[in-house]
Amino acid sequence: MSGGYILQQLVNGLILGSMYALIAIGFTMIYGIIRLINFAHGDVVMIGSFMTLAFLQALGWPFYLVALAVMVGGALVGVAIERSVFRPMRGAPQVTGFIASLALSIMIQNMGILLLTAQPRNFSFPDIFQQVITLGAVSFRMVDLVIMLTAWILMIGLILLVKMTRLGVGMRATAENLEVARLMGININRTIMATFAIGGSLAATAGLMYGGKFGQIDPLLGFVPGLKSFVAAVVGGVGSIAGAICGGYIIGMAEVLFVGFLPPIYSAYRDAFVFGLLILILLFMPNGLFGKKSEDRA
Amino acid sequence: MLKIEDLHVYRGRTYVLKGISMEIAQGEVVALIGANGAGKTTTLKTISGLLPMKQGSISYKPDRTVQSSSLAGTGVEDIVRLGICHCPEGRGIFAGLSTAENLMAGAYLRRDKAAIQEDYQRVCKLFPILGERRKQVAGSLSGGEQAMLAIARALMGRPKLLLLDEPSLGLAPLVVATIFEMLAEINQQGITILLVEQNAVMALELAHRAYVLETGTVALSGPSREIASDDRVRKAYLGGRT
Repeated sequence: MSGGYILQQLVNGLILGSMYALIAIGFTMIYGIIRLINFAHGDVVMIGSFMTLAFLQALGWPFYLVALAVMVGGALVGVAIERSVFRPMRGAPQVTGFIASLALSIMIQNMGILLLTAQPRNFSFPDIFQQVITLGAVSFRMVDLVIMLTAWILMIGLILLVKMTRLGVGMRATAENLEVARLMGININRTIMATFAIGGSLAATAGLMYGGKFGQIDPLLGFVPGLKSFVAAVVGGVGSIAGAICGGYIIGMAEVLFVGFLPPIYSAYRDAFVFGLLILILLFMPNGLFGKKSEDRA
Repeated sequence: MLKIEDLHVYRGRTYVLKGISMEIAQGEVVALIGANGAGKTTTLKTISGLLPMKQGSISYKPDRTVQSSSLAGTGVEDIVRLGICHCPEGRGIFAGLSTAENLMAGAYLRRDKAAIQEDYQRVCKLFPILGERRKQVAGSLSGGEQAMLAIARALMGRPKLLLLDEPSLGLAPLVVATIFEMLAEINQQGITILLVEQNAVMALELAHRAYVLETGTVALSGPSREIASDDRVRKAYLGGRT
């Protein structure tokens, strides 16, 4: 096994991990603020892919406009999910919220099949994204580079937003103590909505990336990446944004390395490896890498 | 400044406040004392809009130039905007935020950056330890520092009326004394205070007037000195013998 091969696998892991990290951030932020896992979060990824398909291929918009529209569209989907499912559930037992979001997820997937059919659709990004870049022993396509850079820009932007802005302070305060946040005059409805908007926007962007990278999309595509990003959020310590980002890269890297270094007959079991890794990490670090201790967790 | 009339409040199915009436004048410190479960916290939470009232009225007149307005049905956010800041039971510090961020959260609704900065400097002068620990995560502060932070955070909202729920809870006597000195100073700066306390001795020393709550009704009210010398109060809350 050459050094180049290992390096190539690491780069592949970074690309995949970037996408998982973007999705995991939404899981973790939403959990942080309302203590519920949004199981429909993976389906926002799928909606993002189909939005990209519609704007890019059916409407023929220029790429930058498509990207912008997908981000805004994802934010709106996030807000719609909050308003329709999570807000009415606020104050209800946790289990109710879990089941409701699971139901929403199944509903979105089935609506997708009804409206769009389960037939996978081909997805093609502009030619420039298909260009292969070779750096020494490592080669990747332009689309991979764009995925990584975009993910980093978005993540840095998000961290700055949460750390530096008034909205960020409001979001963190609300996540810590809803009632006291209200006493500060923080409008918690607006803050929670903003959190869903950010999560939705990042997930839809990951959907755009998914389409560009794998070239084929279908209405069920959100399920597995959604689940793996959930694993990433748990591994990082659910509630922590830095944790979700690290978790995303760990899961992406682990998945690629399993496939890259084990004999090919095992590569079909890549998902089993990812979930096995989850179990192992949680056995030794029940709160995840960045999780706080002694807090009730789902 | 604040007038509560015949206030009835339920928490869930429990009937907690059974028609209390009280009044707070501008510039006063009013103590609200009573046993656990008498309804002290419920009273504060109803004033700040966290709990809905079943019956009765709360009217508020921030200053002489403004008409008094009813707080019934007013949202928490708008009540904060009217200058009522509530420092909650157990302090409710945002443990993961820094000291400075906690203080900024207290000024969340304000847009006047220069004045916020001014107030920040002022509370740091009042509580120098908070200025020193501004970058520290609030969860790492000592109990006394957290209690100061909670009060300072409420001050950052530029309150006209400050609601304090057990600021002395769980603190060493020396720290309690410091905090009560601060409260006297805050009151001298013109901020009206409604103080809920278990520590009746300290509360009655600071307050001009007091109300004694007993299972959801006002059992006794009057100037603090009178309350402090009342036999029943001495027996029940001051640990004195008659």
